[in-house]
Amino acid sequence: MKIIKTGIAGTLESSDVMITVRSNSGKGIKINLQSTVKKQFGKQIIKVTNNLLKELSVEDALIQINDIGALDCTIEARLAAALYRGAEQSEYDWEKI
Amino acid sequence: MAKLRRTMLYVPGNNAGMVKDAHIYRSDSVMFDLEDSVSIDEKDSARFLVYKALTTLDYGEIETVVRINSIESGFGKEDIKAMVRAKPNVIRLPKTEKAEDIYEVESLIEKEEKNEGYSIGTIKLMAAIESPLGVLNALSIATSSKRLIGIAIGAEDYVTCLKTSRSEDGIELLFARSQLVNAARAAGIYALDTVYSDLSNEEGFIKEIKLIKQLGFDGKSVINPRQIEPVHRIFTPTEDEITFAKKVIEGIKTAKSNKSGVIAVEGKMVDKPIVERAERILELAKSSGVLEAGKESEND
Repeated sequence: MKIIKTGIAGTLESSDVMITVRSNSGKGIKINLQSTVKKQFGKQIIKVTNNLLKELSVEDALIQINDIGALDCTIEARLAAALYRGAEQSEYDWEKI
Repeated sequence: MAKLRRTMLYVPGNNAGMVKDAHIYRSDSVMFDLEDSVSIDEKDSARFLVYKALTTLDYGEIETVVRINSIESGFGKEDIKAMVRAKPNVIRLPKTEKAEDIYEVESLIEKEEKNEGYSIGTIKLMAAIESPLGVLNALSIATSSKRLIGIAIGAEDYVTCLKTSRSEDGIELLFARSQLVNAARAAGIYALDTVYSDLSNEEGFIKEIKLIKQLGFDGKSVINPRQIEPVHRIFTPTEDEITFAKKVIEGIKTAKSNKSGVIAVEGKMVDKPIVERAERILELAKSSGVLEAGKESEND
């Protein structure tokens, strides 16, 4: 999946996360995490993010995560929405999400 | 035991906090909404959120329902593709006007069930009827599919179509509600009432619950967790009703053993419909947890 424009999904409400993905052509993945629970769950959030990026074959992207205590499944949902929006794709591979 | 559908809690499909906590309020069903509560720009995001919640979280014994977008909206087909895979108990179709609407959705669900290797009919259906045409076609809708577990009335769109508005006593809904209950009973499925939107009017809400119970509905859609308890309370048989129902069942048992037909309980003649009502009261009492299974008789 190739990110060609900025994709944003999620909110800054409690139990949610806002994720912004931007193009980073040829420069790999860079993740910036801000989280109300970073000390306890920061590593897990990065792991969940990387797993989905791998599943969806995203190789280059700048990912900004603003987490307000979202569950892993919420992070995956918002990341998937931001990525598909950033890639301008509307054919969803539900098996990989 | 009879499945209770006294309350169906609306959960906006793009609200992460509510999707996560939907089951903690103990409604009989939760309905994740992908339709009216989600703006056009957020349809994809809500679909991802509900999909991941259903495939990850455990909602326990609470029935999970997803209200999809209509096929005409352009979002319905993808909703079905994702939601069949996510496997809620029920998919709810909005704005159903004719049996053909159900046939179309059913064939799309069946296709996805085959893709997923589910047995055909795994995903149940519920139809929301929200227009005069839908109300007039209630029976053909209710009998259109073996997947249908219930029909529900959506009052806001309906009264707008009627060129009126909702009133305190609900007179404008009397025909539609009665038509829906009759259609549901003829089809042997559940009848579910519309939402009560005025959260500040508790008295009006209680009045409406009593009205729809009297009309024969099985339950009601609710928009706030605090509306759950009053509906459950009013739909749960009272101690007096249970005591009377037990006497009826006991009386009819005795009459049968004495080879006698009609009996009287507390001065009232008891015949077949009274016995059926008593059985239903006891079934509802058991499902509601106010009567232990096996204690249906006075002597148990």
